[in-house]
Amino acid sequence: MKHGVNVTALVVFVLFFVAVTVMGFLASRWRRADDAQHLDEWGLGGRSFGTWVTWFLLGGDLYTAYTFIAVPAAVYGAGAAGFFAVPYTIIAYPLVFLFLPRLWSVARVHGYVTPADFVRGRYGSRGLSLAVAVTGILATMPYIALQLVGIQAVLDTLGVGGGANSNWFVKDLPLFLAFAVLAAYTYSSGLRAPALIAFVKDTLVYIVIIVAVIYIPMRLGGYGHIFDTAAQKFNTVNPKTGKPAGSMVTGPNAQWAYATLALGSSLALFMYPHTVTGVLAAKSRNTVRRNMAILPAYSLMLGLLALLGFMAIAAGMGKGVKGYNAQLAVPQLFAGLFPDWFTGVAFAAIGIGALVPAAIMSIAAANLFTRNIYKEFLKPDATPAQETKVAKLSSLLVKVGALAFVLGMDKQFAINLQLLGGLWIMQTFVSIVGGLFTRWFHRWALLAGWAVGMVYGTWKTYGIASPATKHFGGNTAVIPGIGQIGFIGFTAFVLNLIVAVVLTVVLRAAKAPEGADETRREDYSAEAGEAAVDNAPVPAAAH
Amino acid sequence: MVSAERVLAVLSLLVPIVALLWVSSYSKVTPELGGVPFFYWYQILWIPVSALFTGAAYLLLNRDAKQRKAAPGAVDTAAGAKAGGRP
Repeated sequence: MKHGVNVTALVVFVLFFVAVTVMGFLASRWRRADDAQHLDEWGLGGRSFGTWVTWFLLGGDLYTAYTFIAVPAAVYGAGAAGFFAVPYTIIAYPLVFLFLPRLWSVARVHGYVTPADFVRGRYGSRGLSLAVAVTGILATMPYIALQLVGIQAVLDTLGVGGGANSNWFVKDLPLFLAFAVLAAYTYSSGLRAPALIAFVKDTLVYIVIIVAVIYIPMRLGGYGHIFDTAAQKFNTVNPKTGKPAGSMVTGPNAQWAYATLALGSSLALFMYPHTVTGVLAAKSRNTVRRNMAILPAYSLMLGLLALLGFMAIAAGMGKGVKGYNAQLAVPQLFAGLFPDWFTGVAFAAIGIGALVPAAIMSIAAANLFTRNIYKEFLKPDATPAQETKVAKLSSLLVKVGALAFVLGMDKQFAINLQLLGGLWIMQTFVSIVGGLFTRWFHRWALLAGWAVGMVYGTWKTYGIASPATKHFGGNTAVIPGIGQIGFIGFTAFVLNLIVAVVLTVVLRAAKAPEGADETRREDYSAEAGEAAVDNAPVPAAAH
Repeated sequence: MVSAERVLAVLSLLVPIVALLWVSSYSKVTPELGGVPFFYWYQILWIPVSALFTGAAYLLLNRDAKQRKAAPGAVDTAAGAKAGGRP
C-alpha cells in the first residue's frame, strides 16, 4: 500500500472536479426558460428532458457513488449475498414500467412536483400527504450523507485529509470544499446542473468499469483464479463465529432473504423523492417508458462492478488487516493496480458520482419541504417565485444537515439510517402506487398501514446487533408465519398492505368521509401533445 | 379495454421478475463461464435479456395505443401522440 499523497492521481481528480464545477454553474443557461422563477424550472428542469438527457440523469441519480463503494464492498465481505443488488436492479424496471407512466401523466396534468403532491390531490388528505413528505425527507437525508462517505473513501485513499494525527479541520477541508461547490451550483442552476454533470459522470463510470473488468483480471491471473481465491476465503471457517465469512452462492437458507431483498428494494427504488424528481422532469410519458428499457445498461455496469469485490479479495486488499473497512477495498484496488493517472480518472468518476445524486436528492427534499410543508401548512398563498426561493434555501439547509451528520456522527450511524431509509420509503408504496390504479383504499387506512409498517420495521431493525454496531446491525429477520429469513422492510410492507386493506373495508362499512379526489380517470394516461397536458395549470416551459 | 397487446406486454414484464425471484433455479456454481460461477454470469446475462422484454412491452403498448387511436368511434381526437411532441 502506498503512503502519502498520490500526486498524479490527485491532480487528475482535481482537474475533473474543476471542470464539472464550471459546468454546474453554466448549466443555469442550458435550455433556459422564460419563467425562471417557477419551481418547475429550478426543481424539475422545466419538465423538458428528452429520452437521452433523462437516461443520463436517472442513471446518474440511481447509481450513486455510494453504490460504487458499497455493492463491491458487500460482495467483498459476504460473497453471493452482496450480489442481490443485481436482481434488484433487473426487477425494478419491468416493475415500475407498470406504474411510473401513470404517475408522470397525472403529475403533468395537475402540475404535481412531488409524490406527496399526488397523494394530496388523489385522497384530499393533508395528513397522508404530510406522512409521505416526511418519510421522503427522512429517507433522503442519510442517503445524501452517504454520498459524502463515498467521497471520503476516495479522499482517504488518495492520501488527502486522512491521517490520524491531522486535526479535524485539515482532515475535513477537502470535503467542505467539495460540498460548498456542490451547494453553490445546485442553488443557482437547480436540476439542470446535475443533468448536465451526469453526462460527464456516466461517461467516466462506463470507461472506468469497462477498463477495470478487462485490465484487472489480466493483472490478477484471470477470472478463474479470482473466483478460486474468493472461494477459498469464503470456505474458511472463522474461528470466532464458527461460521464461514460468506459463500459463493446463496445457501438454501438464504434464498428468501435474497429474493425479498431484491423485490423489496426494487419496490422502494422509485418511491424515493430523488428518483421521482428525475422521472417527472421527463418531457413525455413515452420518454419515461423508453427509459425503463434502456436504463438496464447501467445495471450491466453495476453487475460488473460487483465482481470487483472478488477482485479485491484476489488482489489481497485488506488481507490480515484487523477491522478492515471493506468500503476501502475498491478504491484501494484501483490505487494498487491502475497507473496513477487512471486512478485519478477512476476516483473522479466516484467523486462526481457522489455530486450528481447528492444534488438531485437535495433538490427533491427541498421540493418536498416547499410544496408539502411550507406551502401546505405555513404559507398557503405562496407565489411560485416564493416557492422557488424557499426551495433553493432549503436545498442548502439539507446539504448542511447532511454534512453535519457525516462529520459529527458515527459513519456507521449514517449507513444504518440509510438502510432504514429504504425500509421507510417502501411504506409509502401502497398510498402512491395503490392510488395510481384505484381510489378504493381509504385515506385513514393508508395512514394506519403506513404507521404500522414504519413502527414494525424500525423496531425489528433496532433489535439486530452485529459486530460493527449494537442496534440496526442488519436488515433481515425471520418472517412471521413463514419461518424463513427475509428482508424486514418487505415484511413491514406486507403488514402495511394488510392493515390498509382491512381498515379500508371497515371504514367503508362505517361510511367514514372519503375526501375529495381532484384527479380524473383520463389524467392517468395523458401524453404530451394532448389537450389535457397542454391545458395543464402549470405552463409548459418555453425554450 | 383488454387487448392481446396489453396482455402480452404485462407477460413480458413479468418474465424477468419471476426468473430472478426464483433464486433456487440459479443458486449453483456450475456450469462456469470463463472462470465465472453460474450464479454470477447467469444473473448478469439477465440484465440485457430483461431489457429486451421491457423493450418488447414498450413496442406492444405503442402498437396498442395506435390501434386505439385508429379504431372507429375513438373519443380522443387530440393533437396526436407524437412522442414528446410540442405544439
